Amino acid sequence: MSPMQILKRLRGRLIDLCVIIVGVSVLVFGFIRMIPGDAVAIMLGANAEVTPDRLAALRSRLGLDLPVHEQYFAWLWKVLHGDFGVSIWTGRPVIDEIGAHVWPTLQLMLMAMFSAIVLAIPLGILMARMRGARGEPYVQAGSVVGLTVPPFWLGIVMILVFSAIMPKLQMLGYVPFSKDPLGNIQRMILPAFALSLPITANLARLLRSTLLEALQQDYIRTARAKGVSARRILYRHALRNAIISFVTSVGIQAGYLLGGAIVIEQVFAIPGLGRLILGAIAERNYPLLQATILLATAAFVLVNFVVDVIYTLIDPRISE
Amino acid sequence: MSAADIRTDAVRKGGFDPSAGARSRWLRPSLYNISLAMIVVIGFVAIAAPFVAPYDPLQQDILQRLKGPSTAHWLGTDWLGRDILSRIIYGLRSSLSISAGAVFVALLAGGILGLAAAYYKGWTDRIIMRLMDILFAFPVMLLAIGVIALLGPGRFPTGAAIAIVYTPIFARLLRAPALVVAASDYVLSARAIGASDLRIIAFHILPNLASVILVQVSLLLSTAILVEASLSFLGLGTQPPLPSLGMMLSEGRNFLFLAPWAAVFAGLAILIVAFALNLFGDALRDDLDPRLK
Repeated sequence: MSPMQILKRLRGRLIDLCVIIVGVSVLVFGFIRMIPGDAVAIMLGANAEVTPDRLAALRSRLGLDLPVHEQYFAWLWKVLHGDFGVSIWTGRPVIDEIGAHVWPTLQLMLMAMFSAIVLAIPLGILMARMRGARGEPYVQAGSVVGLTVPPFWLGIVMILVFSAIMPKLQMLGYVPFSKDPLGNIQRMILPAFALSLPITANLARLLRSTLLEALQQDYIRTARAKGVSARRILYRHALRNAIISFVTSVGIQAGYLLGGAIVIEQVFAIPGLGRLILGAIAERNYPLLQATILLATAAFVLVNFVVDVIYTLIDPRISE
Repeated sequence: MSAADIRTDAVRKGGFDPSAGARSRWLRPSLYNISLAMIVVIGFVAIAAPFVAPYDPLQQDILQRLKGPSTAHWLGTDWLGRDILSRIIYGLRSSLSISAGAVFVALLAGGILGLAAAYYKGWTDRIIMRLMDILFAFPVMLLAIGVIALLGPGRFPTGAAIAIVYTPIFARLLRAPALVVAASDYVLSARAIGASDLRIIAFHILPNLASVILVQVSLLLSTAILVEASLSFLGLGTQPPLPSLGMMLSEGRNFLFLAPWAAVFAGLAILIVAFALNLFGDALRDDLDPRLK
C-alpha cells in the first residue's frame, strides 16, 4: 500500500473520529438537560429553599436561559478550555475531583491489562496446540468459565481465601505508589487479577482462533514444505501474523476494563472513579457525572483511534 | 476448501459427520448438549420459581439469621434469616427476566436499524450506522450508569440501560450478514416479481439470519446477566427487599466472615447462568460454521 493510500485511510479514520467525538459530546451535553423534572430545582433543592429568584439566578449562572445550540457551543468552548464546571456540593472544579480519583482506577486498569496480555499469549498458544486433542472440550469450557466469572465475585472469594491462608496480607484500601510502593502493589494485585480474568480468557480465545486461521494459510504450507520445524512455524510464522488482531482487540478491552474497575473498586474499598461516580449519582451531582462520562468516553475513543492508526501503519496487508 | 476437506476437518475436531448417524450425535455429551440442558433446567427453575422455591424469599426469621447450610435451609440463611436458596431462585427469575427483556428490545430495535441500513444502503445506512457508532463509543457500564442516573435506580431503568447499550451491538452484528443476503440472487428475484420491501426483509432476509441471531442472543444474554448483576451489586438495579443476585452479593459482603455462603452462592449462581448461555452460544457458533474452529 502506497503512502498516499495510507494517508487517505488515516484521513478517513480522522473524520470518523471527529464525527464520533462530536456525537458523544452532543449526547453528554444533552444528558444534563434530559434529567426528569427541573435539574436546577434538584440542584437547589437539598441545601436551599426553592424560590423563583434563586432558580432564575442559578439558571442564568448555568447559562440555561440561552437557546439550546448557544448553550451547547458555550459548553463545548469551556470544555475545550479545560473547564468542566464546578461540583454542585463542594464548589470545586469537577476536573480536580476527577484528577483526585482517576489514578487508582488507571493503575488498576493498566495492571489488569498487563496481567491479561502476559497470561493470554501462552494460554492462547497452548489452546491452539491442543486443537483436536482429547482434552479440548474441557479447555474450551474452562475458557468460557474465565470469560463469564463475575470479577466482583472472584474478588470476594479471593478476600475470603487469602484472609484464611495469609492473614497478614493487606488487601483492602489504597495507598499511593509514591508513598508506599510495596503497600500499593500488595493492595492492588488481587483486584487487578480479578479484573483481568475475563479479558485474559477473551484474548486467549481470540489468539487461539487467529492462530488456527493463520496456520491454514498457504505460506505455512510453504514453510512446512521447505522443512521448517513445527515450533518455528508456530512462533515465527503464525504467531507474528496472529498478533496483529490481538493488539487491536487489546484496545477494545479498555472500555470493558473501566466498567469492571468501577465495580471491583467497591469490593476492595479503592477510592477511584467508581466511588466518585456512585457518590455523584447519590448526591445528584450531575456536572461531575457529566464530566466523568465525557472524559472517560473521549479517552476510550482516542485509545481505539491510536490503536487503529498503529494497526494501519504496522500491517502492510491493509489495502481497503 | 473442498467438500472432502470440510468433512475430514469436521471429523477430526469431533464435530458432526453425516455418516455417523443422527442418533449418536443427539445423545453424545457434547458441550452443546450439556449447555442446552443447563439452560433448560435454569429456565424451568426461573419460570416455576413459586413452586420450586422452598420458602418465601422475603420471609424473615431473625432467630435463624446467618445460619450455615442445613437440611432446613440447603444454602443457609442471610442476615435477616431469609432462605438463601429461595432468594437465589427468585433472584435468577428477576435477573433473567430483566436481561431477556432488555436483550429482546435491543434485538428488535437494533435488528430493525441494522436491516434497514443494510437494505436501503446509501444515506440511510450512513446515518443509522453513524448514530450506532456514537452510542457504541461509550464504555458499556458508563452508558448504563448514565441512563440509570437519568431514570433513577430500579428494575425498569436497568433493563432500559441494557437495551440501549445493546442496540448498537445488534445493529452492527446484523447489518454485515444482512448486506450479504440482500445482495443475493433470490432477493433480486423477489424484487423482480414485485415483492414489497417489508416482505423481502421479513420473509427473505430475516430467516437467513436466524442462526446468527440465535448465537448472538445467547452470547449477549450471558453478558447482559453480568451487567445486570454488576448494576444491582452497585445498588443501581433492583432495590431491596426484592431479591436480586447482584444485591445478595453486596449484602452478603457485609457478613463475609460470619456467613460467607450468602455472597459465595449468589455469585456462583450468576456464574452458572452466564456460563451456560455463553457456552451454548459458543458451541452453536462452532457447529454452524465449521471454518471457525
